[in-house]
Amino acid sequence: MNPLAIIGNVVITALGETGRLSLFTWRAVTHILRPPLYWRLIGQQMMRIGYFSLPVVALTAFFTGGVLALQIYYGSDQFNSESIVATIVALGITRELGPVLGGLMVAGRAAAAIAAELGTMRVTEQIDALSTLSTNPFKYLVVPRVIAAVITLPALVFIGDVIGIFGGFVVGTQTLDFNAGVYIKTTVDFLELDDITSGLIKSAIFGFIIAMMGCYQGFHSRGGAQGVGRATTNAVVSSSILILAANYVMTSLFFSS
Amino acid sequence: MNISVPAKDIKIELKNVHKRFGKKIVLHDLSLTIPKGKSLVVIGGSGSGKSVMLKSILGIIRPEKGSIKVDGKDVTKLSTSEREKTLRKFGMLFQNAALFDSLPVWENVAFGLIQGRNMKRKDAKEIALEKLGQVGLTTEIGDLYPAELSGGMQKRVGLARAIATDPEIIFFDEPTTGLDPIMADVINDLIVNSVQKLGATALSITHDMASARKIADYIAMIYKGEIIWAGTRDEVDNSGNEYVDQFIHGRADGPIKMDVLKP
Ligand SMILES: Nc1ncnc2c1ncn2[C@@H]1O[C@H](COP(=O)(O)OP(=O)(O)OP(=O)(O)O)[C@@H](O)[C@H]1O
Ligand SMILES: [Mg+2]
Repeated sequence: MNPLAIIGNVVITALGETGRLSLFTWRAVTHILRPPLYWRLIGQQMMRIGYFSLPVVALTAFFTGGVLALQIYYGSDQFNSESIVATIVALGITRELGPVLGGLMVAGRAAAAIAAELGTMRVTEQIDALSTLSTNPFKYLVVPRVIAAVITLPALVFIGDVIGIFGGFVVGTQTLDFNAGVYIKTTVDFLELDDITSGLIKSAIFGFIIAMMGCYQGFHSRGGAQGVGRATTNAVVSSSILILAANYVMTSLFFSS
Repeated sequence: MNISVPAKDIKIELKNVHKRFGKKIVLHDLSLTIPKGKSLVVIGGSGSGKSVMLKSILGIIRPEKGSIKVDGKDVTKLSTSEREKTLRKFGMLFQNAALFDSLPVWENVAFGLIQGRNMKRKDAKEIALEKLGQVGLTTEIGDLYPAELSGGMQKRVGLARAIATDPEIIFFDEPTTGLDPIMADVINDLIVNSVQKLGATALSITHDMASARKIADYIAMIYKGEIIWAGTRDEVDNSGNEYVDQFIHGRADGPIKMDVLKP
């Protein structure tokens, strides 16, 4: 096949996909703003997306904080490293690693689960059945998941921040023989509210990305089991990449000045 | 060939509807009139476009050409919110039941009442259990999940869900397929009842001629995406149409050729 034709096809497919995704996102947002909301379903989704992701996020944060402390210690001149380790662990976790790793872990769990569930509902005509029962599929399926993810992700990441810093503290005081009081004092002195809030704003955006990609891929799955499998993979891959890209953009916006 | 009734008695009217998937033409210039408060049965071979026709009326599938009027309004041209309003008039039994597998059986049946009509869950459950009783399912089944039911039971739950809100228009996509002959007759009675007692307009698809004769006021035959014959139930035996004759007598020989390899 003509290489130009291949490139052309790829570009057209990509543009079409971007257009469909934008339209889908726009519809979701307008439905969020238009009552009624299904509170019961939002609560249910908050449990599934947020609460059940807690162990994964907590473990990830703990080990990340710990390994960060080790590497900073080995990388620094090890003299006066106490304050450097404490500061960089706190900033690294709250600004970048907490939200990004938390987002990626939840993307693996929740985006996949959403895409698989909605994809199955699509191919078994359950989504069509919703509309014949006077229920808007967007309001009933997409909106609760998006709202739940946008609310619970910052909460998860905040808990992850605390646990991550604690992980650094444990490694610092147990393995590297730092003074616990000094470590805590340095952390508190250097950490500013902006560091935490910027990470939480990021994670709310990541929550939106995760729910949107899960719903989008699920809604547009075709065929049978294979189609649902493809939707699930696409949801995880695309939400992960979008999270990393959005993170870069937000970091350059928040920390440029 | 079409059903002729005065304009005021028409509930749904399809005119020159076309639908294709890729290169495959599924509905080809399909026209059909469905009279108000009557039961119309559409018969036709597998793959002839029956389910696609139902879904087009419901707006789940958008035809490329033609008009579909429900109570005089063209549903292919409605905005989303107007379409939602029109859909409230409908109840639909999907061919594969399409039950919500995350909800227990009773909540499936009560769904249209709770979500669509904002009824209290407790009241809706009562109605749901009553409707389940009408399709021969006991109260205990209400607490099971769809995956725990047999195919025929799922079909009956789908039926109970379709009639739960007492809709003005009910679509049944193969209501008796997968049921034993006795239960099939119970369902036939239920459909007749819905039309006669509630005054609903029913559109059913079936391959089961016994069922068709029992529930139909009118019968129409679809062949290759086109309505090739329509008339009253009694006319079907003297239709003078070879395709209809072959179909209702279930003969392998005739104008309709099945693409099968002979051994
Ligand atoms: N979503 C779709 N995408 C592509 N083709 C489709 C789709 N839905 C239906 N078709 C095609 O349209 C044709 C008619 O399908 P339809 O489901 O209406 O048949 P049917 O008359 O209901 O048959 P049956 O009695 O077996 O249920 C089939 O050839 C099918 O392959
Ligand atoms: Mg069918």
